[in-house]
Amino acid sequence: MSTLPHGQVGAVRGTVDDADDARLLASLHTRLVARAQDEGLLDVAYRVVDSPVGRVLVAAGDAGVLRVAFEVQGHEAALDDLAARVSPRVLEGGARLDPVLRQLDEYFAGSRTSFDVPVDLRLTRGLRRDVVEALPRIAYGSTASYAQVAAAVGRPAAVRAVGTACALNPVPVLVPCHRVVRSDGSTGRYAGGDEAKRTLLELERAALVLDAPEA
Amino acid sequence: MNGPFEDVVRVHGGTVLRVCRSVLAGHDAQDAWSETFLAALRAWPGLPADVNVEAWLVTVARRKAIDELRRRTRHAVPVEEPGALDGVPLLGGVAGPGERDLDLWQAVRALPDKQRRVVVLHHLGGLPYAEVARLVGGTDAAARRAGADGVAALRRTYGAQEEER
Repeated sequence: MSTLPHGQVGAVRGTVDDADDARLLASLHTRLVARAQDEGLLDVAYRVVDSPVGRVLVAAGDAGVLRVAFEVQGHEAALDDLAARVSPRVLEGGARLDPVLRQLDEYFAGSRTSFDVPVDLRLTRGLRRDVVEALPRIAYGSTASYAQVAAAVGRPAAVRAVGTACALNPVPVLVPCHRVVRSDGSTGRYAGGDEAKRTLLELERAALVLDAPEA
Repeated sequence: MNGPFEDVVRVHGGTVLRVCRSVLAGHDAQDAWSETFLAALRAWPGLPADVNVEAWLVTVARRKAIDELRRRTRHAVPVEEPGALDGVPLLGGVAGPGERDLDLWQAVRALPDKQRRVVVLHHLGGLPYAEVARLVGGTDAAARRAGADGVAALRRTYGAQEEER
């Protein structure tokens, strides 16, 4: 048994222990999130999921979904912002996110045209919040111009501010800022990247066509 | 502190597990891990920003592990009197009473009062006899004798149970 140097034996055993510990720590983490939820300490729960527009972070408080963030926006930055502005009691996982993630799955599959989950808009205020609250009135598969949205919130001159409000929408996809486009018909900018905006608009058009009754 | 608590669990989860395992075994160590991070999560928003997080967590973990050990010990062997263990934690790299040791704990519980306290404090708590004597009263020599008698009694009762299997 002396063919292996001690260090090597230790290293091999260490690897097995580390793998066991990693599994144990993962299950302890799951248990912690559940207990935090039970004891009212899970102020922000988040998960990161795959989607046709890249990896998406979804975070929710007790009152509803607080944040949807695209990878290009930086998930770390989104979590730091949530910790600073909502609560640092932030943990990954938890059953709280199951309904919204299921509905997002259905949306990305083209089988859902609106969302029916509570949204908590505390990360936005003032005119930006008015804009965000007005956006769900733009129907699935259609678009409105920045100027039309400005008029809809009673601030027809605030076209640029509408653009900013869309860019800073804390819950994109759930609140469809991707349906706001330029007056000339081009899609314009998007917090998740211009390509993501085109992808979402195309997804909605395609789903509508598939869904339309045959003439 | 205003950073996401998730980072704390990821960075320090392994360290806290090692601390809990230095005092407890198996599921008891896992319970202490959970209690540690739940307490830390509760305290996290109010924790001053200049606190050394790892040192703080290790302190919380040791306290939770010892609480857990005391709870288990009290549950199986009611040795504590008010103030009897003031400031003297039952520390030591000794496993708590796991499920497999239930018979042993029953045997310990059946010991006469002084023997039981000495056995728990010295053999499980890791306290030297001088310290044990201070806690249970009497001289070092008397504590040593009670400990030896207790272990001898355990050899008889617990050993007999083992042989019956």
